[in-house]
Amino acid sequence: MPVTSYLALGAILFSIGLYGVLTKRNAVIVLFSIELMLNAANLNLVAFSKFGLHPSQVGQVFSLFSITVAAAEAAIGIAILFALYRNRGTVEADRMNSLKG
Amino acid sequence: MLANAWVIPLLPLAAFVLLLAGGRRWKEGVAAWVGSIAVLAACVWSLGVLAVVPGGTGRKMEIPWLSLGDTVITMGMEVNRLNALMLLIVSLVSFLVHVYSRGYMRGDERFSVFYAYLALFTFSMLGLVISPNLLQFYIFWELVGVCSFLLIGYWYYKPEAKAAAKKAFILTRIGDVGLFIAVILAFWHTGTLEISGVIQAVQDGKVEAGIVTLIALLIFAGAVGKSGQFPLHTWLPDAMEGPTPVSALIHAATMVAAGVYLVARTFPLFEASPVAMDTVAYVGAFTALFAASIGLVQNDIKRVLAYSTVSQLGYMMLALGSAGYTAGVFHLMTHAFFKALLFLGAGAVIVALHHEQDIRRMGGLWNRHKGAGVLFLIGCLAISGIPPFSGFFSKEEVLLSAWQDGRWGVFAVGVLASFFTAFYMFRLFFLVFAGEYRGKGQPGPVSSGMMWPMGVLAALALLAGFAEFPGGWLSHWLTEETGIPAGHGSAPVWLPLLTVSIAAAGIALAWGMYVKQSVSPEQWRARAPWGYRVLLHKYYVDEGYAAVIALPYKGLSIFLRGFDRYVVEGLVRLATAAVQTAARVSTRLQNGQVQTYALISVIGLVLLMIGLAAGRLF
Repeated sequence: MPVTSYLALGAILFSIGLYGVLTKRNAVIVLFSIELMLNAANLNLVAFSKFGLHPSQVGQVFSLFSITVAAAEAAIGIAILFALYRNRGTVEADRMNSLKG
Repeated sequence: MLANAWVIPLLPLAAFVLLLAGGRRWKEGVAAWVGSIAVLAACVWSLGVLAVVPGGTGRKMEIPWLSLGDTVITMGMEVNRLNALMLLIVSLVSFLVHVYSRGYMRGDERFSVFYAYLALFTFSMLGLVISPNLLQFYIFWELVGVCSFLLIGYWYYKPEAKAAAKKAFILTRIGDVGLFIAVILAFWHTGTLEISGVIQAVQDGKVEAGIVTLIALLIFAGAVGKSGQFPLHTWLPDAMEGPTPVSALIHAATMVAAGVYLVARTFPLFEASPVAMDTVAYVGAFTALFAASIGLVQNDIKRVLAYSTVSQLGYMMLALGSAGYTAGVFHLMTHAFFKALLFLGAGAVIVALHHEQDIRRMGGLWNRHKGAGVLFLIGCLAISGIPPFSGFFSKEEVLLSAWQDGRWGVFAVGVLASFFTAFYMFRLFFLVFAGEYRGKGQPGPVSSGMMWPMGVLAALALLAGFAEFPGGWLSHWLTEETGIPAGHGSAPVWLPLLTVSIAAAGIALAWGMYVKQSVSPEQWRARAPWGYRVLLHKYYVDEGYAAVIALPYKGLSIFLRGFDRYVVEGLVRLATAAVQTAARVSTRLQNGQVQTYALISVIGLVLLMIGLAAGRLF
């Protein structure tokens, strides 16, 4: 089935992204990894819109929306990182713990 | 006068409130006047009531107080002839003690508090006397117990006084529980709390004989506690730690007689049960002899009198148990006068000797304090039963009732106890007033305010016997229209001869030992050292209670304390430790690392998925 290879790619991308989110100390790379996970989800959406049980354009439209939202999200994330870097002089994720209880 | 007799107890209550309000701002004189006048008014009123009180059930007045379902519990008053007599005795002795205390308590820091307590006690005792129902009776019964507690512990900075107050409260409480159960039982089986109603129900045979016996015995348990009968007598001698006027009023004349009064008040219940009558007679007789024998060797002037009180209360019980209703009440009355007199006399001696109470360090006071000596002698003669003093008549009646009830053993015990009584009273008298002064320093003066109340009591101790003799006027007056047999007819000729010669023998022995010194007490002591020791230690009753009751109790409490400390507290500690550990673990999770949180979320998600997948399999 052709859909399997798309889903496999999506899963691999997602796992790589998850690994990056969980292990990387640099917050910029964490952001990139989140983008990878998002795109894995988009890939799934597109694959199902083509090979799903009820193929339609809705999935592709959804993925366009989510790419747009992801762009906005990345911009905000980078902006927050800038602000943090100016304040604390670091982008290490494990040092951003000032909300610790 | 009679219809408003309920005002009588309220007069001392008003004095109590005033004294509390006045507090320590008032001078001693003002406080003494307030208390004395209120009680004098009560006394005069009681006298008026006594003059007009009708026989039989007397005069009753009640107002509803509580209603429980169909039953209405009332408060009010009932004045019959027994009550009226008690009213007069209580208010009169209380008035004299009020006057006397002005001199005895002079310079005491809490003078007005003392008077307030005395007034509260007088209120409670008068209220107890006129209570028409058992519940009200019980309330006042407890109130007099509280006043007794407060007054024994009046010098609360003395550890002995504190301990004595506690002991008195706890030991009387044991009896009170019995009385309370009796009240409940009476209510349960007769449906009324009225004393007259209960008696009526019993006389009509509406209550089973076994239950009547049980109620009577439980009432008697209350009386045993309050009147210091064996085995609950140990608090009364210790109660002598209180001020002497208190001993005279509460622990000789009135409160301890409340137990006797209670038995007399519910006498038809006892009459209906031979077992209860036997118990009362035997306990009374035993106590009379037991306490008198302890009194033989005590060295504290007040303790000798205390044991004598216990012994005389035993006489009253003995009389009541032998169906001698009037003999018991008559002895209660004469005893109230002569024992209050003896205590006030002892108080005068104690004041004169600067609060010395050991009779081994007294002596020779006759020359310096002839007035007190004469009054004390009158008391001694009265209690020993020498005619024409009141004690002779009442004691003879007591013994006569035992004789005519066919209780030979009780009679013999009573006669022996009267020998002891005469001996220890005159031992006391000779040691205090005869011979040489053996103490240190010079005896001081005794104020006239302390002397004249004693004079009044001495006159009563001398004359009260003629209320009964000749002609049995008192017993006729008391029992008129009540259905209780008035008396036992005339005494056999030999009985007064016997009692007088026994008393004279006791006095002669005391005289021989302590004045003429022809009989040496040391020799007697040496002949039976263990006997002397047993008597000196009061038959080791206190020690026995300590070993049999207090010690296991203490052991139990130590065990329970250990249980509480190590088991209960251990469980509590365990619970807190568990919560603390959980908190420590969970704070470690909350380390502020977003990636850790994310990892945990992922693990959670994975677990959830595994769980769902596994759920599908089964």
